Amino acid sequence: MDAMPAPVRHADPMVPRPFRITRVIREIDGVFTWRLAAVDGAPFDFRPGQFNMVTQFGVGEIPVSISGDCRRPETLVHTIRAVGPVTEAMQGLRAGAIVGIRGPFGRPWPIDAAIGSDVIFVTSTIGLAPLRPLILEVLHRRQDFGKVVICYGTRGIHDIMFEEDLHAWRARFDTNVHLTVHSAPSGYRGRVGGVAAAIHAARIDGPATVAFVCRSEALTRQAVNTLGERGVTPDRVWVTLERNMKCGIGLCGHCQFGPSFMCKDGPVYRFDEIEALYSVREF
Amino acid sequence: MVNIVGLEDTLAAHPFAADMDPDVLRTIAGCCSNAIYHPGDYLFREGEPADAFFLIRHGQVALEIHVPQGAPIVVETLEDGEIFGWSWMLAPYTWSNDARANDQVRVLKLDATCLRRKMEADRALGYELYRRFLPVMAQRLASSRMRIVELATEPRPIRARPKG
Repeated sequence: MDAMPAPVRHADPMVPRPFRITRVIREIDGVFTWRLAAVDGAPFDFRPGQFNMVTQFGVGEIPVSISGDCRRPETLVHTIRAVGPVTEAMQGLRAGAIVGIRGPFGRPWPIDAAIGSDVIFVTSTIGLAPLRPLILEVLHRRQDFGKVVICYGTRGIHDIMFEEDLHAWRARFDTNVHLTVHSAPSGYRGRVGGVAAAIHAARIDGPATVAFVCRSEALTRQAVNTLGERGVTPDRVWVTLERNMKCGIGLCGHCQFGPSFMCKDGPVYRFDEIEALYSVREF
Repeated sequence: MVNIVGLEDTLAAHPFAADMDPDVLRTIAGCCSNAIYHPGDYLFREGEPADAFFLIRHGQVALEIHVPQGAPIVVETLEDGEIFGWSWMLAPYTWSNDARANDQVRVLKLDATCLRRKMEADRALGYELYRRFLPVMAQRLASSRMRIVELATEPRPIRARPKG
């Protein structure tokens, strides 16, 4: 087993490092991916599941999951959906622009918890971005795991993200990709329906499977329940959550989730550890 | 040597009939036939009499909704081991959508008129069939609701504005 590079925390976590956008990729309507390189040329080491605080100078700062390969620390990758003023402004940036990066922050996906087990990834739409580094790492260490299954759902056939990756993963003999869309034009030969149907179709050994789930919080419970029907218990399900991260180091309290601060104790949690909080209405 | 498998055995092997009482199985098998559809074939179309229901043995079936002035939209696909078509249970017994074969599809087709007649005469049979249909209907309804939740809670992305 060869190790991932260990993340090195910047001297002052509140000071952004300047990064240059080297490439902008339009994924789907309103979603874009930046490839970035540090202006000082230093590598950016991180673990799958971590996030950065990304600043467009003069506009604002937002938390964004890292969607690149942790074995390529010379290139930082962020995938962003334009849904508010900051992300809309970011959508207008072109290659060459300079942005600020603070991080990496947060607890990463516990990849070692899945060694020797079957692995199932459950995600939809932009949720594939935070899972992508983990999928790449699992495939890099493919011999450490049993079956690898990716269940990915989107609205329609034009909303499929990281399509090249999905094709590449599907083409591997050691990986199963179950793609499902909510609706499709007549004649579409793929699966149409909810992600639950994809989970049901997955060939996994439930009690010997570890699941990594990244969906909107409204749908995480459904995914956990469906995995439970397949024999994957909540103590083997890891989820990532979203809150209003601000400082990134557990000081400001904006992202408090019960007794934990999501920016340093999360955003990745084992589902049985947060199940009680998850059921509290309006929390 | 050719191994000939009867309809009753084929029906018993489908998940819909798992652990079904042999008498019930025999009764249902009396209304059952094998059918094969080729890619693109319609199994039924919206508005036609719902005179059957289907157990998929092999292949993929697309459930489509007809959209006026547009191409139909696929809203669900179903595969091996699944069942579909419950309009035969509810008056006025007409299909509410289209069903089309996406590839070569082998199904067990159950004659609805035959089944309804037998269910009228034998309420226990009706109970048994409803008991097997309802969980599937509930699961599909729950899945549809979750898709609504997903569509309702997902932030609407802002499209990039053209430069100019």
